[in-house]
Amino acid sequence: MVQVRDRTKESFQRLATAELAGLYSLARRLLRDGAEDLVQETLLHAYRSFGTLRQDAAAGPWLRSILVNVFRDQLRRQARSVEELPVEQVEDFSLYQTLVEQDPLPYSDTLHHDYLRAFGKEDVREVLLRLPEIYRAPLVLRYMSGFATKEIARMLDAPLGTVLARLHRGRKRFEREMWVYAQENGLLLRGTVG
Amino acid sequence: MTVNQAPISCSEAVRQLWDYLDQAISLEDQGKVAQHLSFCRKCCGELEFAKELREFLVSRAADELPPDVKARFERFVADL
Repeated sequence: MVQVRDRTKESFQRLATAELAGLYSLARRLLRDGAEDLVQETLLHAYRSFGTLRQDAAAGPWLRSILVNVFRDQLRRQARSVEELPVEQVEDFSLYQTLVEQDPLPYSDTLHHDYLRAFGKEDVREVLLRLPEIYRAPLVLRYMSGFATKEIARMLDAPLGTVLARLHRGRKRFEREMWVYAQENGLLLRGTVG
Repeated sequence: MTVNQAPISCSEAVRQLWDYLDQAISLEDQGKVAQHLSFCRKCCGELEFAKELREFLVSRAADELPPDVKARFERFVADL
């Protein structure tokens, strides 16, 4: 038997409240400032289109998808154009290989693992925010929110090939920024490693 | 899948590693990467690190909602 979904305001409140932390986390990784406004705008849009949610169990992805749409529309309104990086500018960097060559933790038996462990959530957010939005958004949506690349292409209204290329460049750029960020902020000297 | 395929270079294999893990490349290309990984220890290291980096990103994806922000959101939802 198909269960008829309850579309009352109370039902929306219950579903939305359970997703607030996830929405806020996503918004903070997409934006440096204005995450709270983005979530509120999302909730407003979601409430207006509550009828389009087919299953309560899909509320999380549905709300995150609306958040990304609102985020994309905000970017368009700001009319900021970000130049795509030539592939060769980022293509060659390998964090794995850089760590092997530079060996920033000479006493570590698990260098790569310990290096990553030095980065807390706020450090990773800072590294992400150093990336242009066109690279950051696909990266966050794919590897932090778990959306499929086709779904990301739909949400960002971009061809799949473009999303795949931006994911590739975004990953490389992210690795390079991790390396630079750790050096600039003395991350390996904080005593959190080892 | 790996029979009669031209080998690919380390840089080509590394370039495709994440897409290989995502299964976002063709079966033929997956075969080429798998073939390369079968004999290249360095690229196996890159692969293991790529896997760890993916898990690392998931582990850094969620924050606790600060109480004041939570209260504002809940008020906002209640006032809709």
